[in-house]
Amino acid sequence: MGPKTIDNKQVISVNLLYDEKLDGPLPPVDKAGLINELRQTLPDLELLHEREDLQPYECDGLSAYRVMPLLVVMPETVEQIETFMKICHQRQVPVVARGAGTGLSGGALPLEGGVLLVLARLKNILEVNPEGRFARVQPGVRNLAISEAAAPYQLYYAPDPSSQIACSIGGNVAENAGGVHCLKYGLTVHNLLKVEIVTVEGERMTLGSDALDSPGFDLMALFTGSEGMLGIVVEVTVKLLPRPQVAKVLMASFDDVGKAGKAVGDIISAGIIPGGLEMMDNLAIRAAEDFIHAGYPVEAEAILLCELDGVEADVADECERVRQVLENSGATAISQAKDDAERALFWAGRKNAFPAVGRISPDYYCMDGTIPRRELPKVLQGIADLSAEYGLRVANVFHAGDGNMHPLILFDANQEGELERAEAVGGKILELCVAVGGSITGEHGVGREKINQMCSQFNDDELLTFHAVKAAFDPDGLLNPGKNIPTLNRCAEFGAMHIHNGELPFPELERF
Amino acid sequence: MSAQHEHAHRPGERAASASEQQLQQQVLDALHSNTPLAIQGANSKAFLGRPVDGQVLDTRGHSGIVNYDPTELVVTVRSGTPLVELLAALDDQGQTLTCEPPTFNGQATVGGMIAAGLSGPRRPWSGAVRDLVLGTRVITGHGKLLRFGGEVMKNVAGYDLSRLMAASFGQLGVITEVSMKVLPKPVSSHHLRLELPVERALLKLAEWGQQPIPITAASYLDGHLHLRLEGGVGSVRSAADRIGGEELDAGFWTQLNEQQLDFFQDPRPLWRLSLPPLTAELELPGASLLDWAGAQRWLKSDAAAEELQALASRHGGHATCYRAGVTDSPFQPLTPLLQRYHRQLKKQLDPQGLFNPGRMYPGL
Ligand SMILES: Cc1cc2nc3c(=O)[nH]c(=O)nc-3n(C[C@H](O)[C@H](O)[C@H](O)COP(=O)(O)OP(=O)(O)OC[C@H]3O[C@@H](n4cnc5c(N)ncnc54)[C@H](O)[C@@H]3O)c2cc1C
Repeated sequence: MGPKTIDNKQVISVNLLYDEKLDGPLPPVDKAGLINELRQTLPDLELLHEREDLQPYECDGLSAYRVMPLLVVMPETVEQIETFMKICHQRQVPVVARGAGTGLSGGALPLEGGVLLVLARLKNILEVNPEGRFARVQPGVRNLAISEAAAPYQLYYAPDPSSQIACSIGGNVAENAGGVHCLKYGLTVHNLLKVEIVTVEGERMTLGSDALDSPGFDLMALFTGSEGMLGIVVEVTVKLLPRPQVAKVLMASFDDVGKAGKAVGDIISAGIIPGGLEMMDNLAIRAAEDFIHAGYPVEAEAILLCELDGVEADVADECERVRQVLENSGATAISQAKDDAERALFWAGRKNAFPAVGRISPDYYCMDGTIPRRELPKVLQGIADLSAEYGLRVANVFHAGDGNMHPLILFDANQEGELERAEAVGGKILELCVAVGGSITGEHGVGREKINQMCSQFNDDELLTFHAVKAAFDPDGLLNPGKNIPTLNRCAEFGAMHIHNGELPFPELERF
Repeated sequence: MSAQHEHAHRPGERAASASEQQLQQQVLDALHSNTPLAIQGANSKAFLGRPVDGQVLDTRGHSGIVNYDPTELVVTVRSGTPLVELLAALDDQGQTLTCEPPTFNGQATVGGMIAAGLSGPRRPWSGAVRDLVLGTRVITGHGKLLRFGGEVMKNVAGYDLSRLMAASFGQLGVITEVSMKVLPKPVSSHHLRLELPVERALLKLAEWGQQPIPITAASYLDGHLHLRLEGGVGSVRSAADRIGGEELDAGFWTQLNEQQLDFFQDPRPLWRLSLPPLTAELELPGASLLDWAGAQRWLKSDAAAEELQALASRHGGHATCYRAGVTDSPFQPLTPLLQRYHRQLKKQLDPQGLFNPGRMYPGL
C-alpha cells in the first residue's frame, strides 16, 4: 500500500514536509510541560512519547512521507478529548487527528511539534435503530462494522470505500469518503444525519440533528471533508438503507478504452443509474486477475463492471436494457455474474485493484482526479503520453459512473529519481484534470500530498476564502496545520517552480 | 474598485458575463458606500425569515442555462433563472431535480431555491437541495467573483463552500451560478390514498421504510395516508398491489409542495416542524398535516413562537415560521456556541455585513 519509505533528503527536495518558511510559523511547544499537565489532569489517558512507540504513527496510507510526532494520545472517551483539546488550546499546541490512518493524501501526517490525536479507540457502536434507519457510532468505528451491525435488520450503510474493512467513520467524515456505489447512493456527506464535534477550544458542538435538517447554516456539510481542520469528530449518526432485494453485475469487455468510456455515457443516457459502474484498463485487469482470479478477460483493453440493484423485477428489466446498450456500444463480450458468489468475486477484483498493482511494481502512487466523463478519452490519452514521456507505467482504475479516476503510477523508489518522476507525472495528471474542468481530488482529499496542486485549482482569492473559513473555527491554526489549503506563499513558490520549467505562467505572482 | 480585471487564468474557465459583472459591480458599490443589500430573485419566499433593511439586489437579470449535458447528469444555471424554466429544460431530456423544490406559482428563481434550501415531498428518499449542489460561483463579501466546487460529481478539494451556500439565505454571498446533479425521472409511478388512523400510518411507514419499497412521498391529512410509489414498472406494480388503497391524482403532490391544498388556506400563521422521522403523533396547538413520512409537519397555529419552538426542540427537532412578521425569531434560535460560530463565519466571509443582514437571526 503506497510507496515505501525514502530517506528524508529526497523528501525535502520535493518540498512536501511542513516548511515554516512556506507554511507559516508553528508555535513552540514545551513537551515536558505538556506531558506533565496531561498526566496530571488526565491520568487515564494513554500517551506515547518514546521513539519506538511513536514509529507506527509516523505516516498514514501515503507512506512516502513520514514524520515523528511530538506525542501520540489515544483517548477512550469524549470527555478526555474535550479536556485534552482545552489543554492544547490553552498551551497553543498543534493537534493532528488520526482515525485508522488509511488516508492516501497524508492528511494524518504528524507534525514534529504537534500531538497526534488517535481516535481509533473510540469504537463503540452506540445505537442501531432499525425503525429510524440510523446508527449512532463513535468516530473510531470501522466503516464496514456499521453495515455488519445493521445486517441483522436487512439494513446497511451505503458509502463503501475500498478500504472499508479498515478505515474509520471519523476519517470518512473528515475526507467525505466515497465508494463504488456513490453515483446512486451518494458520498459520505449524503449519508449523515448528525455529527458531534469537539471544537479547538474543547467544547462539544452538535451539527445536523435527529431530524432531516437543522436551523442555521449547514455546518455539517462544511465540516464534511474538512480533513480535521475545523474540529474533531467525536460521534457520527449515519443513515441506514434497506438492503436491495437483488443485485446483479454485468461485466463487459472492450477492445478500446474510449469505447468503454462511451458505453458509460450510453448507459446513463438510457436513463439508468447503476448501483456501481467501474472501469479498469488492461494493466489493472491483468494485475487484479493475477491476484484475485476473478475471471477477468486479460486480453481486453478495458472492462466495465455494472451493478444493477433493487427490486427483482426492475433489476431483470434493467440488466436486459444495459446488455443492449453495451452491445450497441461495441462490447466484445458481456457476462453476468451467475450468483452472489461470482458477483462478490467480480467486485473483489476491483476492490483489490490497488494491492494487486502493488504486487506488480515495487511502489505505486495513486491519483484521485475527477473529470467530466465526456473528457475521458482525452484524459486517458494525456495519461498515456505522460506515461511514455516519463517512462513509467500507469494502470487506470476508474469510478466511471461519477468521473473519478484513480491512475496508479508504477515506480521503484529504490531507483534514483523514480519517485520524483512519479510525482511529476502525478502532478501533471492532476493539472490535466483541472484543465478539462475537473478536480484534483474526488475522495482521497488534499492532505499534504496535493497541497501544491491546490494552487492550480484555486486562485488566491478562493484560497483566502478558505483561510477565512478556517479562521472562523480555528483562528490560531492549531488543527492540522499545513494540510488541505496552501498558503499564498506556498503557491507563489509553486508557481515560480512552474515558471522555471517554462510551463504554467502565474500572472498573479506580482502580488507578492 | 472595478469588476473589470477579474481573473480568468484557469484553463477552461468562463469569464464573467455582462449580467454577472453588473451584479458584481453592485456589490462593489455597496461595499464602497457601506450599504447593506437585500438579495432577491422574485422574492417568492418573502414569508421566510426576518425583514432585511437593505438595497435590493435583483438577480433576475442574470438568467439562463449555461451548460447542460444530460449524459453527465450535470446542469449549470444562472441564479436569476426561473426555476420552472430549468425544470422544463430538464423535463425535455427526461431528467429532474430529485429534491423537488417548490416553484411558488412559477415565480421562484434557481438562486432563491438554493439560498432557501426548500425541498419537496421527495426529500426523505432523494435528498435535500444541498445534496445536489456540485458547485457555485459566488460574489463574496470582498466583492470577488469566485468559484467553488465544479461540474463534476465528486470534488473534495478545499472546504465545501458550495453546499454551505444552500439554505444560508443569502447571508454568506451572492450566488451567481450553480451546478447541480440531475437524475433521470422514474420510469413508472403510482399514487394512492389509504384510510387509516395516523398512529397506524406512522407504524406502517416505519415498517415499509426498512423494506425495499419504492416510496417517494408520504403525507398524512384528513384521515388518509397519501403515498407515491416511483421506480421500475415491476417494483411499482408489486408495491401498489401489496399496499392497495384508492388511486390518487398525481396533482396532489404539486398542490402539497406549492402549498395550495385547502389546509394551507387556514388564516392562522403557517409553521413548519422538522422532527425525527419516528416522532409519534403530537398534540399540536392547531391544525396539522404530516409530510416526509412524519419528519416534516405543517401546522396552522396562533401559538407563540417560543411555545412551538420549545415543543419541537423537546422532540429533537426545530420549528420555523412561514409567515413574515409573526415573530422576531422565525428560525429556531441556536445554542450560544453555534451562534458564536455562525457570527464568526459571517464575519469572516462578509466582514462588512453586506448580505441580507439579519435575515436568519438578529445580529447575523
Ligand atoms: C487500499 C485503499 C483503498 C482506498 N479506497 C478508498 C475509496 O474507495 N474511497 C475513498 O474515499 N477513500 C479510499 N481510501 C482512502 C481512505 O481509506 C479514506 O480517506 C478514509 O476515509 C480514511 O479514513 P481513516 O480513518 O483511515 O482516516 P485517517 O487516514 O486516519 O485520516 C484521514 C483524515 O481525516 C482526519 N481525521 C480522521 N479522523 C478524524 C476525526 N475523528 N475528526 C476529525 N478529523 C479526523 C485526519 O486528520 C486526516 O486529515 C483508500 C485507502 C486505501 C489504503
